[in-house]
Amino acid sequence: MADMTRQRERRRTALYGWMLLSPALVLLTTFAFAPTIATLWQSLFSAGTRRRPAAFVGLDNYADLIADPVFWRVLGNNLVYAGVTVPASIVIALGMALWANANIPARAFVRVAYFTPTMLPMIAAANLWLFFYTPGIGPFAHLGFGSVNWLGQPDTALWAVIVVAIWKEAGFFMIFYLAALQTIPPDLKEAALIEGAGRWTYTRRVVLPLLMPTTLFVLVNALINSVRLVDQLFILTKGGPDNASKLILYWIWELAFSYFDAPRAAAMTVLVLLMLGLVAIVQFGLIDRRAHYR
Amino acid sequence: MSASSFLSIQGLSRRFSARSGVGEFSLAVERGQFVVLLGPSGCGKSTTLRLIAGLETPDAGRVEIDGRDVTALSPSERGLSMVFQSYALFPHLDVAENIVFGLKVRGVARAERRHRLDEALAITGLEGLEDRKPAKLSGGQRQRVALARAIVADHPLCLMDEPLSNLDAQLRHSVRQDIRALQKRLGMTVIYVTHDQTEAMSMADIVVLMRDGQIEQAASPAEIYMEPATAFAASFVGTPPMVMLPAEMLDAGACPPAGAPADMVFGVRGEDLALHPEGQGRLAAQVVELEFLGAETFVHLEVAGPVRLIARVPGRPAVVPGERLSLDWPREATHWFDRASGRRIARPSSALAPSPTDRPQSMPALPSAAKGL
Repeated sequence: MADMTRQRERRRTALYGWMLLSPALVLLTTFAFAPTIATLWQSLFSAGTRRRPAAFVGLDNYADLIADPVFWRVLGNNLVYAGVTVPASIVIALGMALWANANIPARAFVRVAYFTPTMLPMIAAANLWLFFYTPGIGPFAHLGFGSVNWLGQPDTALWAVIVVAIWKEAGFFMIFYLAALQTIPPDLKEAALIEGAGRWTYTRRVVLPLLMPTTLFVLVNALINSVRLVDQLFILTKGGPDNASKLILYWIWELAFSYFDAPRAAAMTVLVLLMLGLVAIVQFGLIDRRAHYR
Repeated sequence: MSASSFLSIQGLSRRFSARSGVGEFSLAVERGQFVVLLGPSGCGKSTTLRLIAGLETPDAGRVEIDGRDVTALSPSERGLSMVFQSYALFPHLDVAENIVFGLKVRGVARAERRHRLDEALAITGLEGLEDRKPAKLSGGQRQRVALARAIVADHPLCLMDEPLSNLDAQLRHSVRQDIRALQKRLGMTVIYVTHDQTEAMSMADIVVLMRDGQIEQAASPAEIYMEPATAFAASFVGTPPMVMLPAEMLDAGACPPAGAPADMVFGVRGEDLALHPEGQGRLAAQVVELEFLGAETFVHLEVAGPVRLIARVPGRPAVVPGERLSLDWPREATHWFDRASGRRIARPSSALAPSPTDRPQSMPALPSAAKGL
């Protein structure tokens, strides 16, 4: 008798558990797990045509990708893109936040000015920058670079895209740093002053360590964005010239919707997911170890 | 004045508005003195401390430490340490790193740092907690870390901004004694800010009572209690507070000859009031309520309409609310003040020669009473 009651009790607890879990489970399954598995599944088949239906080809799509020189080009581009935009936007964001947090005139205006790029849609911002970069017309032309076609040559196209991404992201990350800076009690600065620390020592020994959790959070976002944020390519370069500014996500879009090679796009997507998953595991490991001191 | 004193403040002013801030603050502190800035909140005591520390820039005035004009110097150049109300410990550094932060910044050698750290840890009883982060410490331990950080630098002047206000009542009592003992042992000069008169009375060599950014009275705790210079000092220090009564309540002969009764008010310490049967004392009163505190009882009395007095009576007096009785007190226990300026009016006889046998109970009784509250 008691056994049955206990069993019923346990079943009811489990039911409650599933009920509480179900909203997240349904949403995640519909929009994350199911598409992931469908993508994985699709990447194992050949592209079907009307005459030749899709056939199971195993890892052939992956082998094709790795054999494709464009794959390596795009991968390399994206590594450069991430390697530059992530640290640059973080450093600039931190600098702007430290400045916008100081006692300066028109502080609110400065903050808004920094944040404006974040509020603009990327497509609009890219159009703006398209004008900036236009040889002979844009502001850069008036700075003495009149004839440089920033977006039109392989040597500069990727860098031009990188600049836009940094400009767009730094203001966003600044907001996080600004919020974190405002949680640091002013007492700490006064204590450091009395102990003989100058402004630089205070920043290096107190502020930066206290901003560490924010930096890690921003780093995760910046890395994800370096894969995710490719809108400006559609306006500025379309990945060219000669794939010089093509990034992974843009290439995936091309494979799927320009070349209609959905299985290869799927295979590439799976590779990206694997990479991002690895990055996330490493970062959360780091965060767990470093962000406990608050 | 500035030649002999260790800390000398002359005409220091910092006004935020007409009533807030500090105005014309002058004070001389001897080496090794424990000075408490006491006053209600917003009276400018913290601002004064921050001006001494150099965290605030004065509008006017001079600060001299050990004969050196430091008015224009940065906080670190003034050679002082400070304990903050919030302790201001660096949350990402452990106890040891917090304590030696200043030494490290100043480039003190590692061996010397280690030595001084061990000393500071021993003095404050923090041995064994070196590796803890502040978040893993209790309030009292954090307070001791802040103290250790203040003494490790060996500065002769230490400023403390309400360092006990975040501690619970019991801890406050013991830490109070610890700080006082530490200060005596190290010979530090301490400027200590508090709004708690018990802290002020029990720790200070000199109490500087402030009001609206100005010094109301600077004197030893005993003097400030027994000879309050102003009506404000009289009613701020002491538990229960002294209540000012119009001089007309007393016989004309009882008033000091200084002026007309209409220009004067008087007050009596609660412990000087004695309860007598109706008609046998100097002032008629009616018992309103009794506040029993154990060793003593506060008897709330109504005299002449809305004015209320509180008498401090040892033990449990045999009176009941509503009872009419009469109050009496020693003549020399009457404190006279000018009604308009609030200044004390000295009675020639009592002010010049206060005989020690006259009021034996008034001085030592205060701290214990305030503790009981």
